[in-house]
Amino acid sequence: MRALLVICLLPLVASAGEVTGYARIAGGDFITALKYEDARGPTKVAPFDIMRRPVTNAEFLAFVTRNPAWRRDRVAPVFAGPDYLAHWPAPARLSPDGLGGQPVTRVSWYAANAYCEEQGARLPRWFEWEYVAAADETRRDARRDPAWRERILGWYARPSSRSLPRSGAQAANAYGVRDLHGVVWEWTDDYSALLVSGDNRNQGDPDRTQFCGAGALSIDDRENYAVLMRVAMLSSLGGSDTTMNLGFRCVREVR
Amino acid sequence: MKRLMLLLSFVAAFAAPAAAESTKPPLPRDSVYQLAAYFTDAQSRRFAWNAKRGQPQLVSMFYTSCKFVCPMIVDGGKAIEQSLSAAERERLGVTLISLDPARDTPAVLLRMRQDRDLDPVRWTLARPQPQDVRAIAGLLGIRYRALADGEFNHTTVLVLLDADGRVIARTEHVGGLPDPVFLAAVRRTLVP
Repeated sequence: MRALLVICLLPLVASAGEVTGYARIAGGDFITALKYEDARGPTKVAPFDIMRRPVTNAEFLAFVTRNPAWRRDRVAPVFAGPDYLAHWPAPARLSPDGLGGQPVTRVSWYAANAYCEEQGARLPRWFEWEYVAAADETRRDARRDPAWRERILGWYARPSSRSLPRSGAQAANAYGVRDLHGVVWEWTDDYSALLVSGDNRNQGDPDRTQFCGAGALSIDDRENYAVLMRVAMLSSLGGSDTTMNLGFRCVREVR
Repeated sequence: MKRLMLLLSFVAAFAAPAAAESTKPPLPRDSVYQLAAYFTDAQSRRFAWNAKRGQPQLVSMFYTSCKFVCPMIVDGGKAIEQSLSAAERERLGVTLISLDPARDTPAVLLRMRQDRDLDPVRWTLARPQPQDVRAIAGLLGIRYRALADGEFNHTTVLVLLDADGRVIARTEHVGGLPDPVFLAAVRRTLVP
């Protein structure tokens, strides 16, 4: 009886404790906070594995060392803008002040993509990220809880000049995944599928039709600041852009 | 690793033309041809994106099942061509890259080329590798999303690349009369 209890508890303890590696996400039907004209009803999220915390500077340094074409002094500017990895003291060296353990930022979509590809992984799609990020420490979907929303909003209100905490230092959510909120923004594979730019909003002129077909995006859940602000940010970025708070994590397909 | 293998097989496949081009100066770092993407055209020929180096290109992304805006992209390319002299026209290539490689097979691209009466020397309809579509779109500043019904929502734009693959100009005025500022940039780029 006691043995049975221990066996039952083991997986729980393990998933709450691990900081590195990937967590298995079973997937399922998901009500996204986004609203598309063309898609009604729940979104199907297929099973996937996701990194338990964002990629760190030390991990990215190892990648850059293995792949020197991604050093900031060698990368083609079409793949990474001028501030790519600009917070590192040298193109292939970190300062000894804890930078290595912090989430890597100032990485472009192309660089993040190349990192995940090298790992046999890819960047998460928006819905995958949003699905896992809906959880708090105990619930897989905490989005209706005003206290949860308040906490996330508190992070957005903090000045971004403060130095970043160690990646994975926050408590794991119900999936055993950390730092989806409260530390950095994260790239998604399909960042350029978020077509919310206002450019084509007031244009009746058919010569200026910017987007082919219908399918405009709006936000269904206006109280969900976590989603609202991420979508606004990702929709404003180009693939070579970097920002001081934008990092990433990878996901793996489950076969 | 997968990418590396692709790259190696790709290098093998194109070793001959690459050697012939070795006298050329290195590719500028701000060239979209820095991306090692390759395509299949309407004749099922495989080619590297950088095989387009040496000739200015009008580039856009489209999908053949598109009913409304994509035909306008072709019209926009044709309108630019018709505004050029015969000599200028000879020096300009048009590359239309599919957002929908799953459905836009060479046979489908060939049918579109015939239906739209596109000159096979100047116009290339290109089917990318599925995993490269978003990377290519990013270099061209094109955003897109696959819709539930199989259509795509995407930026409609013509992009002008110089002979080395640098983005020189772009216009969202497609169809109808050409954007005069964009047309002027095309003409300047075509000066031999």
